[in-house]
Amino acid sequence: MSVQVAMPKSWRVDTKPHKFCPGCGHGLVLKAMGEAIDELGIQGKVVYGCDIGCSLLSWDLFNVDTIQTHHGRTTPVITGVKRANPQVIGIAYMGDGGGYAIGSQHLVNAAARNERITVILVNNTQYGMTGGQMAPTTMPGQKTETSPYGRDPEKTGYPTQGPEMVAAITREGAYVARATVAKPKQMKDFIKKALENQISGGGFSFVEVLSTCPTNWRTNAEDTWNFVEKEMPKYFKVGEIKVPETLHKEGK
Amino acid sequence: MPEKPIKGEKRYFMTGNEVVAYAAVMANAEIMYGYPITPQNEIMHYWTRMAPKYGKEFLQTEDELSAGFTTVGGVLAGRRAFTATAGPGNTLMQEPISMAEAMRLPIVVVVQQRGGPSTATVIYSQQEVTLTTLGGNGEGFRVVYSTANHQELFDYTIKAFNTAWKYRFPTFVLGDGYQAKMRESLTMYDPEERGLKMVPTEAYVGKPGVPGIDRPPGQYRNTYNVEEEIHEVVQQYTKEFNAIAPEVAEYESFGTEDADLVIVSHGVVYRAVKEAVSELREAGMKVGYFRPITLRPLAEKELKEMAGRAKALLMAESSVGQMTRLVKEVIYGATADIHTLYKPGMGISAEDVAARVRSIL
Repeated sequence: MSVQVAMPKSWRVDTKPHKFCPGCGHGLVLKAMGEAIDELGIQGKVVYGCDIGCSLLSWDLFNVDTIQTHHGRTTPVITGVKRANPQVIGIAYMGDGGGYAIGSQHLVNAAARNERITVILVNNTQYGMTGGQMAPTTMPGQKTETSPYGRDPEKTGYPTQGPEMVAAITREGAYVARATVAKPKQMKDFIKKALENQISGGGFSFVEVLSTCPTNWRTNAEDTWNFVEKEMPKYFKVGEIKVPETLHKEGK
Repeated sequence: MPEKPIKGEKRYFMTGNEVVAYAAVMANAEIMYGYPITPQNEIMHYWTRMAPKYGKEFLQTEDELSAGFTTVGGVLAGRRAFTATAGPGNTLMQEPISMAEAMRLPIVVVVQQRGGPSTATVIYSQQEVTLTTLGGNGEGFRVVYSTANHQELFDYTIKAFNTAWKYRFPTFVLGDGYQAKMRESLTMYDPEERGLKMVPTEAYVGKPGVPGIDRPPGQYRNTYNVEEEIHEVVQQYTKEFNAIAPEVAEYESFGTEDADLVIVSHGVVYRAVKEAVSELREAGMKVGYFRPITLRPLAEKELKEMAGRAKALLMAESSVGQMTRLVKEVIYGATADIHTLYKPGMGISAEDVAARVRSIL
């Protein structure tokens, strides 16, 4: 007897189980995104782009048109698609290294140009695919493969405040929020709004999601959850930062 | 809205960059993505002036990485999309071009070569041959047309879109700063009126219907898990590229049958060579020329035959042998002496060529 696990309609059943490590947060983010796509009825309109890094493992995850791009380059690829065919709903999915380091110029300029795309950036404080190196989002004191004695902010700076930066350079009409896999309902709500804002033609939509990487954090379940739920929000404030008037604020 | 700026055939006197912009409009290109760099800027200038009149789009990106990747996005959306660059911009653009190669995406890139390495000059060179033909981490699955004059800039810009969409390999028009900035006469025309049909475009993503219900999803990747997978892909691409090479490859030659010396050159240098050869022939010297129009793929068979017959070859180019390396690989085994006239980053005149020939013969 086989048990059919509940999964979003927009997921591709024949490519499941997905390819992420046990305990990885990507599955939760992509499930929330799948449910948001289902609820908005946009499966036939979405063009989904995934970056290099662990996010590329989602290249066949959805039953939606998908492009797996290069490290940091998902934002311009989806921008190019959306500019060429404004009828599609463009989603650029990436990690913190792709969005804040190698592709930061694309994020900044796409936001400044108010591109009508939705960027979902998963922040798990390090480079997962390459084996756990320090990222722009690595927490002060956090040990990674390239900060083996802990990140020293004197030498390598403080974690990038992505949504705060995007909010600062976008005008009214943009949607900017930080979610966490520790609050799945809220996360789905933010991702859905980031899509709704594109559908209504509002403007650039950006959600950073705090996520887990027990493989490279070398943490057990309890420590993993403690890090994402308690430690990360000390630096990365969860909530909506910029909400267009057309969208309701959370909890109102 | 008028459909096109040119009806019938008309003579014009204009710069090469302007010609490229007109050619793209006449080829029904739909969107250009670009980033400023000399000497290609005026392609964007003329495109943006014409764009709203003919229903075209333009996006100025943050850099050439983005210009290349947005162009990739444009063709994925099924649009006749292109970009233009030069020098250090061409260096950055190799990353998106390698993705286009890996995924067989029909992007069109116009390169107006400037001096190198590094920032160098904004004027002229033939130093982007290696980069344009074989750049990126790949095998050079691309088509490169090296133009010599404004008529060719017009003809081959139109042709580049058809080559790209027919064979699905990234396609380049390789010009240079002289061609970009110089004014020259040419005939512009509507390709359709000449019976030249534009190869239809096709969307990779965003097609009608719901994926998984009405149709399979379009899912495109350039990442592979195991050696065997990528090996198979590259083998297949190699086979297909080699198969189309003979029909894609173009060249011009003159007097190679009886020549004591054949001059090999491409692009704008070929103009000097052509003039020199006619002068030297008049003086009774047995000199010919061979000019590859496609630098990738090369007209291998014809080059081999020519080099097999010739007693001596003179390689003339505005670089330190970038074209020569490509040609040597093809003519390996030929016994002709190889002489060179290399002027990296500088123009070559008919007098330069004639003087070099006289020093050899």
